[in-house]
Amino acid sequence: MYVAVKGGERAIDNAHAFLAEARRGDPSVPELTVPQIREQMALAVARVMAEGSLYDADLAALAIKQARGDLIEAIFLIRAYRTTLPRFGSSHPVDTGAMAAIRRVSATFKDVPGGQVLGPTFDYTHRLLDFALTAEGAAPQAPKSDALGPMPRVSEHLDREGVIEPEPAHDPAIDAHPPDLTREPMELPAARALRLQALARGDEGFLLGLAYSSQRGYGRTHPFVGELRIGEVWVEVEIPELGLSVAIGAVTLTECETVNQFTGSKTQPAQFTRGYGLVMGQSERKAIAMSLVDRALRWAELGEEDTGAPVQDQEFVLMHADNILATGFLEHIKLPHYVDFQSELELVRRLRVAAMDAEEAAE
Amino acid sequence: MSEYNFAYLDEGTKRMIRRAILKAVAVPGYQVPFASREMPMPYGWGTGGVQVTAACLTPADRLKVIDQGADDTTNAVSIRKFFQRTAGVATTERTAEATLIQTRHRIPETPLTEGQILIYQVPIPEPLRFLEPRETETRRMHALADYGLMHVKLYEDIARNGEIATSYAYPVQVAGRHVMDPSPIPKFDNPKLSDSPALQLFGAGREQRIYAVPPHTQVISLDFDDHPFVASKAPHACALCGDDGSYLDEVITDDAGGRMFVCSDTDHCATRRAAGHAGTQAEAIA
Repeated sequence: MYVAVKGGERAIDNAHAFLAEARRGDPSVPELTVPQIREQMALAVARVMAEGSLYDADLAALAIKQARGDLIEAIFLIRAYRTTLPRFGSSHPVDTGAMAAIRRVSATFKDVPGGQVLGPTFDYTHRLLDFALTAEGAAPQAPKSDALGPMPRVSEHLDREGVIEPEPAHDPAIDAHPPDLTREPMELPAARALRLQALARGDEGFLLGLAYSSQRGYGRTHPFVGELRIGEVWVEVEIPELGLSVAIGAVTLTECETVNQFTGSKTQPAQFTRGYGLVMGQSERKAIAMSLVDRALRWAELGEEDTGAPVQDQEFVLMHADNILATGFLEHIKLPHYVDFQSELELVRRLRVAAMDAEEAAE
Repeated sequence: MSEYNFAYLDEGTKRMIRRAILKAVAVPGYQVPFASREMPMPYGWGTGGVQVTAACLTPADRLKVIDQGADDTTNAVSIRKFFQRTAGVATTERTAEATLIQTRHRIPETPLTEGQILIYQVPIPEPLRFLEPRETETRRMHALADYGLMHVKLYEDIARNGEIATSYAYPVQVAGRHVMDPSPIPKFDNPKLSDSPALQLFGAGREQRIYAVPPHTQVISLDFDDHPFVASKAPHACALCGDDGSYLDEVITDDAGGRMFVCSDTDHCATRRAAGHAGTQAEAIA
């Protein structure tokens, strides 16, 4: 007996109600608040802000709550909200050199002006489950230090000596109208500014895998972390009516500058090369991975060989780095496809009949 | 939903999309890049079609949304509801009454008429994509009308299987120039693409492309003189309305090999039944 599929609308409404109930979980357990997520799941919030391309910790925390902790779903919520917001303009480039850093390390020098500052890092924790956290306790207190002094960039020291490639000169055209892949369709080959935007909002896991592959020999990156810094920077915009720049707020950024294998020739003395990563919020893994991928993608301008590694392939990297695009296309295959499947089914049946007829004729 | 603009998208975005549509109409079959927006439904759920629909909708429109030919599939219901909420437009399940039809994977059986717009949801707009993964390369191939690779693929199909082994998303050539992916419609629907009085628009959100077949444009399914294109379907009549000329879904009715074939186009089937046509199992859905 055939029962026609009806009631799609009621099924959808009921599924949403079930989802809402499941999201809340056991009602005898207190409900999470958005400020709790913002304060205590800060690195998840940072990832949602970075890949959602929207710096708003409260909205990111809300999205995480609504998404039941599925960070890609939370990123999607933020993206869909972000796309409805008006664009007022673009800020001046932020000065990460003047960052109020909470963490700053260099792997290339034992000590550097401004010092090595570990900050709130997992680096030297022993990964032993802290069962004390299952109980609520007093808020931990860290010893306070004096305010940190200025931290000149490590790359500037190398730059002064000429042993690292100079930073590319500012392009006034790009400064005035930075490329934005959320407003213009991506065109390939993409310039570095656009590539960096794509990587900054790209999937952390995808970049991690690509960067790792380049370290293991698929492509050639041999990076030293020249400097990794995390902290707040001012965001300044020019107000045309006033004719001056105003700081509109501060954002936390993670910046990674890598120092990479050198290029050089008989006519040009050897120089180290740069890879760059900049991510919203505290996200070291992503910033380091980004700087490796950025460096690998620069193979052509640096006169290196294309070894055919995925990380060197701009189109491969840029077209597949976005997790919202990727998860949408991946998951859409669970939608009804029975019309196409029916046409394939008939084709396969027909081909099989033809093949069997031919076999019988041969016997 | 008063906090959102009519049909969700802001007017600037709609204008950007309309410009892309105009360009697409001017160059039939050519894939026009557009700055696809992030929509409140996932990529792969029809974001391209939804954006094109949003850019074309006017308050006077009557919208029909189908998925797999049916008005009541979950995603068709969801998209129709989206436009009811954000645009407040009238909706219909009747092909003949709709001014604008958004579809996934089918062309309605009822012939379209002048003034109607059919908007297809497109997953992969590039007909050459599975022959050449690089967009930079396929754009060059289109520019040069370099379609040899496609003909080789079709030839290899025949050499291996005795026929062209593509049953949906069957490639077409539009107005004698661009080779186009008609979206994953069954090849049964391909003849309806050609010389239609309606405007046909194709939206690929994730891939950021819009393309078009203007009214009364010739669309030819690629084939060879000695292996002509055949629009095939299941060799049955609809068990509900008795039509032996419509595209059919195969429905498994028990776990002992029982199955029945019914129209994929629910409006077509219901209209025929209302007119008194009956198939062999018409009583099954009394």
